[in-house]
Amino acid sequence: MQSIVQRFNYLFRSTKGLVLVSIALIALVTAVWGTISGPMAEWGVRDVSVRLLGMQLNPAEREGRIIMLYHTIALAVVAIETYLITEHIPMKQHQQVTINGTITVGYILAMVFGLSFAYFGHNWAFHGLFLFGMSLTFFAGILLAAALWPWKKEYHVQDREYSHWGKIDLERTAFFVMAVATLGSALFGAVTGSYWGNGHETFLAEDLIREPVKTALQLSIIGHLHIMLTLIAVALALLIGRWYDFKGVLHKIAMPLMIVGTIVITLGVWAVVPFEPIAHIIIYVGSVFILLSALMLVIFGFRKLIREGLAETGQRGFVPALGALLRDPLRFGTLWQMVFMNFTVSGIGIFVAVKLDEIFRVWPARDERIILTGHWHVLSGIIATIILLYYADIAGLKGRARRWFGWIVILFSDLAFASVTVFEMKRLFVSEANQQPVVNWTMALVDLGLGVVLVALAGLMIWRLVDLFEKRGRWAAELAETGFPADDAPQAQVQPAREGTK
Amino acid sequence: MKRASILITALFVLAGCAAAPQGGAMPTLDTGVDTEAWVSVPAGEFLMGQHEHETLIDYDYQIMVTPVTNAQYARFLNEALAAGAIRLDGEQIVTYYPGDEFHGHEHEEPIEAGDWPVMYLNDEGLRLTFDGATFEAKPGYENHPATLMTWFGAQAYCEFNGWRLPSEAEWEKAARGTDARAYPWGDEIARNQANYYSSHDLFEKITTGVGDTTPVGFFNGRTYQGYQTLDGASPYGLYDMAGNVWQWTGDVYEGVHYRYMRGGSKADYEYNLRVWTRNNAAPTYASINVGFRCVDGG
Repeated sequence: MQSIVQRFNYLFRSTKGLVLVSIALIALVTAVWGTISGPMAEWGVRDVSVRLLGMQLNPAEREGRIIMLYHTIALAVVAIETYLITEHIPMKQHQQVTINGTITVGYILAMVFGLSFAYFGHNWAFHGLFLFGMSLTFFAGILLAAALWPWKKEYHVQDREYSHWGKIDLERTAFFVMAVATLGSALFGAVTGSYWGNGHETFLAEDLIREPVKTALQLSIIGHLHIMLTLIAVALALLIGRWYDFKGVLHKIAMPLMIVGTIVITLGVWAVVPFEPIAHIIIYVGSVFILLSALMLVIFGFRKLIREGLAETGQRGFVPALGALLRDPLRFGTLWQMVFMNFTVSGIGIFVAVKLDEIFRVWPARDERIILTGHWHVLSGIIATIILLYYADIAGLKGRARRWFGWIVILFSDLAFASVTVFEMKRLFVSEANQQPVVNWTMALVDLGLGVVLVALAGLMIWRLVDLFEKRGRWAAELAETGFPADDAPQAQVQPAREGTK
Repeated sequence: MKRASILITALFVLAGCAAAPQGGAMPTLDTGVDTEAWVSVPAGEFLMGQHEHETLIDYDYQIMVTPVTNAQYARFLNEALAAGAIRLDGEQIVTYYPGDEFHGHEHEEPIEAGDWPVMYLNDEGLRLTFDGATFEAKPGYENHPATLMTWFGAQAYCEFNGWRLPSEAEWEKAARGTDARAYPWGDEIARNQANYYSSHDLFEKITTGVGDTTPVGFFNGRTYQGYQTLDGASPYGLYDMAGNVWQWTGDVYEGVHYRYMRGGSKADYEYNLRVWTRNNAAPTYASINVGFRCVDGG
C-alpha cells in the first residue's frame, strides 16, 4: 500500500511526475485517436478501432468531436506549462500545491469526460463534467495569475543581470501578463460556447474563410483559437528562457518586448470581434515584438551552448563551435525548433498574407484550408516537440539515449513539418494534373516523420513506466526532490536543481 | 547524417519523377446509367446544411442524373463554337458573360461584362482532344465527368442548352432528399461507394495509385472487372453527388466573386463528401477535380 501511495505522490504531487502524467495522457490520446484519421484511416485501422472501442462517429458531429479533442489535448499542454511555471517561478508552496491540484483535476476531468461525450455517445452528465473540468482549469489560471503578481516585495528582482523595471522582475511580469491574457482569451471561447445550441452552431474556423460576413460569435472563436495557441507558445518561450537561465543585455531587451508583444497581440486578437479590419495590423505589430524577443533568446541560448561547449573541450574555431552547439540535441533542439518554426509557420504565413488575393484566393477554398490547418498543426507540433525535448532533459535522459532521442525528435519532426509545408504549397511548383505523386510522397514523409517521433515518445514513456515498477527507480529520486522522500530513495541520482529554479 | 540528407533529397527527386496520371490507356466501362437522364425533384421543405435548417424550395425542378460527361461537353464545344456562343482565343476558349454587380468588399474582385475563359486548352489534365476544328473526348473518358471548365464554362453549357446551374439549395436537396442524412445514400460511407482520396477504387488501381475520375454513375452496385461497387444513388436517383468531381453551382452572392462547389472529389477525404460541405474558387478557376450538372425549371 505504501508503495502505491509513494508512486501516487510522485505522479500527482511532484512537478516531474505531474508533467509525466500529462505527457503520458496526451501520448495515449494521440495513439488511440491517431488511429481514426490520416494514414490509419486509409489503411483500415480506423474501422478496427471504432469497432473495438465502440466509438460513435456521426458524420454530422465531426466538427464538434474535433473541437473537444483539441480542447482536451490543449488543456493538458496548458497543465504542463502551469506545472513548470509553479516549479520555476517563486511563489508560496500552498499556492503551488493548490494551483497544481486544481488544474490536474480540471484537465483530467475535461479529457476523460470530454472524449467520452464526444466519441462514445452523448451522455450529458459527461458534457457537464467536461465543462466543470474546463472551469476548474480556468480557476487554476486565476490562482496562477494571482500567485505570479509581480509587485509583491518578496518577488522583487535580486540579481540585476535579469530584466527589471526599478525593482520589478520583468520576467515574472511577462509570465503574469501571459497568464492574464490567457484568462481573458479563454473567456472569448467560453462565452461563445455558452451560446451553443442557443444561437451558436459548431464550426471549425478554417471552414469560414472567404465568408464575407461573420457573426460576432464566429469572430470570437476565430480570435480565441489563434490567441490561445500563441499564448501557449509565449509561455513555452518564457519557460525555455528560464531553463537556459536567460539573462544579461539580451534578457533586458527581450522581456519588455515579450510583455509589450503579448499585450498588443492579445488586444489585437480581442479586437477581431469589434474592429476586424484593423485587428490584423495590431496583431502583426504584436507578433514582431514577440518574435524579436524569441530571437534574443535563441541568440543567447546558442551563444551559451557554444561558450560552454568550447570551455569544456578547450578548442576554438568554427567547427568546434558548431560541434559545441550541436553536442546536446535536447538543449539545442528546443531553440532550433523555434528557428525552424520561422520556415514552416511564420514565413509561410507572411508569404500567404502577402500573396493572398494574387495566388491563394484563386485556388479553391479547400486548398487554402489545407494551408491554414497545416500551418497551425505544424505550430502545435513544434510546441509539442519543444516540450518533449525539455521533458526528456528533466526526466534525466543521458548519454547515447539522450542523443538518439534528441536527434530523432528534431530530424524526423522537421522532416514531417517540412513535408507538410511542401504539401501545402504544392500548387506553386507542380500542376494539378501532376500533383498526386507529390501528394503521395509528402504524405508518406509526414507519416514517416511523425511515426518515428511517436515511437521515440513511446520509448520514453515505456522507460518511465518501467521505472515506476522499480523500488529505487528514478521516480523515487525525483520524489525526494519534492520533500516527499520515498523509502530507500537513491539520493545520489537526484539531479541538481537547474539554474533559475526556485 | 550525410546519408539521411541524401535519402531525403532522393525521395523528393523521386516524387517529382513519379508517374503522371495516365491519359490514353483508360478502359471504356459501361455503367448502365443513362447519362442523358433527368429526374424531377418535387417542391417542398428539406433540411439544409450540417445544422439542418428547414428550407423551402417552392417549385418542382428537374436535374441531371449524372454530371455532364466529356462526350457531352465536347459536343457542346463543337456546337457552341459553330453557333458563335464561344470562341477560341489563343490557348483558351472564351465566352461572353454580362458581369456581376461589384460591392467593393474586402477581397472581392470585379467580374465585369466581357469575355471570360471557358476552358484552358493547354492543361495537361484535359480529357478532350482538339484538332483545331473539332473537340472529342479521349478514348475511355467519354463517360467520365467533364472537368477543367471554369464556372463560366459550366454556366455557358447550361445556358446554351436552355438550362441553368443549380443553386446550392437545389443541389443539396437533390443530394440529400428530405431527411438529415450526411451522404446521398445514408450516414455511412464505404470505399466502394464513391470516388474519394484513398478510396482504393478500380481506377486507382488502373492508374497505379495516382487516381482518376470514374465514369459517371459508376458506383451503382455493379461489378466491374471483379470490382464490386455499392449503390451510391441519392434519394432521387442521382449519381456522383458525393465524390468523383466537385460540381459548380450557380449562386452569385453579394460581396464575393467566388463561385461555390458541392460534392467533394476524388482528391478529397470522405468528410468533404458530406452533402453540406462547400468549396469555392474564383470563377476563372478550372480543375481536373471540378465538373458540373444542370437543372431546369423553377
